[in-house]
Amino acid sequence: MLSRTADNLYWLSRYVERAEYLARILDATQRLSALPLAYVGTSNEWESAVATAGCATAFFKLYDEANETNVTDFLAFSTANSSSIRSCFEVARGNARAERTALTVEMWDAINGTWLELKRYGNGPTSREEFSRFLRWVQESSLRFDGSAYRTMLRNDAYWFSRLGVYIERADNTARILDVKYHLLLPKNERVGGALDYFQWAAILRSVSALTAYHWVYRESLQPWLVADLLILRDEMPRSLASCYEAIVRNLDSIAGAYGRQGPAQRQARGIRTRLQNIRMDGIFQRGLHEFIGEFIVENNRLGALITEQFLT
Amino acid sequence: MIAAFDEMKEQNGSVRPAYGELTRWLDEMPPDVLDYRRREAELIFRRIGITFAVYGEGEAQERLIPFDVIPRIMSGTEWRLLEKGLTQRVNALNAFIKDIYGAREVLRAGIVPDDLVFGNPAFRPEISGQDVPHDIYVHVAGIDIVRVDAETFYVLEDNARTPSGVSYMLENREIMMRLFPELFSRHRIAPVENYPDELLATLKSVAPSSASRDPNVVLLTPGVFNSAYYEHSFLADKLGVELVEGRDLFVKDEIVYMRTTQGPRRVDVVYRRIDDDFLDPLTFRPDSVLGVPGIMSAYVAGNVTLANAVGTGIADDKAVYSFMPAIVKFYLGEEPLLKTVPTWRCREEEHLAFVLDHLHELVVKEVHGSGGYGMLIGPATSKVGIEQFRAKLKTSPKNFIAQPTLALSTCPTCVEQGVAPRHVDLRPFVLTGRDRVRIVPGGLTRVALKEGSLVVNSSQGGGTKDTWVLDG
Repeated sequence: MLSRTADNLYWLSRYVERAEYLARILDATQRLSALPLAYVGTSNEWESAVATAGCATAFFKLYDEANETNVTDFLAFSTANSSSIRSCFEVARGNARAERTALTVEMWDAINGTWLELKRYGNGPTSREEFSRFLRWVQESSLRFDGSAYRTMLRNDAYWFSRLGVYIERADNTARILDVKYHLLLPKNERVGGALDYFQWAAILRSVSALTAYHWVYRESLQPWLVADLLILRDEMPRSLASCYEAIVRNLDSIAGAYGRQGPAQRQARGIRTRLQNIRMDGIFQRGLHEFIGEFIVENNRLGALITEQFLT
Repeated sequence: MIAAFDEMKEQNGSVRPAYGELTRWLDEMPPDVLDYRRREAELIFRRIGITFAVYGEGEAQERLIPFDVIPRIMSGTEWRLLEKGLTQRVNALNAFIKDIYGAREVLRAGIVPDDLVFGNPAFRPEISGQDVPHDIYVHVAGIDIVRVDAETFYVLEDNARTPSGVSYMLENREIMMRLFPELFSRHRIAPVENYPDELLATLKSVAPSSASRDPNVVLLTPGVFNSAYYEHSFLADKLGVELVEGRDLFVKDEIVYMRTTQGPRRVDVVYRRIDDDFLDPLTFRPDSVLGVPGIMSAYVAGNVTLANAVGTGIADDKAVYSFMPAIVKFYLGEEPLLKTVPTWRCREEEHLAFVLDHLHELVVKEVHGSGGYGMLIGPATSKVGIEQFRAKLKTSPKNFIAQPTLALSTCPTCVEQGVAPRHVDLRPFVLTGRDRVRIVPGGLTRVALKEGSLVVNSSQGGGTKDTWVLDG
């Protein structure tokens, strides 16, 4: 297939996935900021949300203060932010329009419908209720797009590239939450945070829709190191780094099988996957959780660059 | 109003045989049903997203072309006459263009004046003396036809560059079959759905001899912002070929490649829907970002086929058009089967004088114009309008030709007051491959929806109809 087509499909999926992630962050932050200060300490949740979204620098170029109004506007509706929910959907729809023939009707309907609906929200909601509805709608739109891709696409390279986009973006998002909140997840004797982090842990899990999953996996109340375990090493948790890399390797293998050749991208992905398989949480804590996550983000980005180089240009 | 030939009714009011079944059906049909189906058709078109952009109204705007649900019908006999004429016309066009860029016998014989060719902006000296694969230049032609009586068809325009509209021909038929299955069960209508197959066979047949047995064909589009982008993606999809933009292609050692996820892949035939000017910034407009740098070197080396060939625009020129009867005779030794509208070339002094004296009864067009922009229809224009046009004509007479106002035939059409005759033309699409000429029966019928109007262009408020060619 044309490199440009694969590139468009890959980024189409990445942007839809990113939009959903931003909605989850905003939702979790809104919950935290509604709690009494005594429960969450004095940390600024809105600033943390911007950091988790990975766009603090861009944000503070435009605003002086990270408060609800500014952050909501910036992450959800701003046209000045190329990674706001609105921008994500607009780029995704632009990519989809350029590749209409590579999409199934259901996928086109999903993304085009989302884009049309986006206009209804204008420059932002007028109330908290409406904003909550908006966030739910973003998540539903992403689910609908993802579901139509999953259920209607032919299992060929177009599908594999679009899945790669989903998982690379998802791995990056999970790693970013961990990067910003790592200090809350350290084992008891290494704690940097305050005593009342329970709601923070819950918020982290909520951002990756894993709050219920946690209880099913561990069957105990929230323990920070188990939250880290769930998000990093657990294969059965769909947003964990391990699970993302299982999927990335699988899709890259399918591409290699169809094209009859392996390349740097496949080697890099397998390398990361192997490291995730061979390490345990106490090993990660010994090396330093923050360092581990930092390295992962760099390696994940490198895989993105290798995929681009090998297939998309 | 001009008395025009009506394709459904004879002068005495009796219905011509081809329209018999349709007339009966229309009579049985309650008028609100027809109106309901018309609105349904519009909804379907909007959903599929068949739109086109109108230029010159500030920002380019996405619009639907109005679709008329009453089909235009031709008998098999009428069609065969037309088919023969089209084949002859396109054979002559190919011979003419080959000659212009080769031996130039037509100039030496004095059939066409030299300066009309060499002074023509559509003439491409870059390919003079160059061979093109299999000597075919106009692989896809859209010949605009108007009818004035039972047997007389005029060619109004030759479109030998990148004619568009074929997606409407195909979609119109699809929609008609969806909306009026009972009407189809009462007729035997020649299909058009095989057009993409015929086009692909044509394109493959003209691959360079160095290409593999299964040549790689691509469709080159200027991109999503082009007014005909819908058609480009529609056709690529139906053909099963990649829809590429300039940036997807590159040239190395005079061979064209496309960038794929499996590395570079050689391209043998480019069905390009992008004008000569933008094709190759190294040869033509250096500011073009839509083209492929170096593609002309690959073309000249004979390693890629461009369809249509470079430089075919010379045949679209309306002054060249006026010489077509002589051109047909010169190359084929035959009398032209399709008529050419008598044309005054304003570049010639005597012609200009006549035109200036008769502006109120003539149609005046720009020689390179298309889309119905910038033309004068004398009988339908106010005195002030005519005087304004006169001034324009006097400043650059070379840019204009004039023709008598033709009484385009009319067909029954849905209008607000019910069903009424409206003027139509026809654009059949003629495919020329190495092996033969292929024409899918029918073509795109365009209809001037305003009462009495003779301008069928979609940019000027024209609509389209499905075109039926019947058995017998």
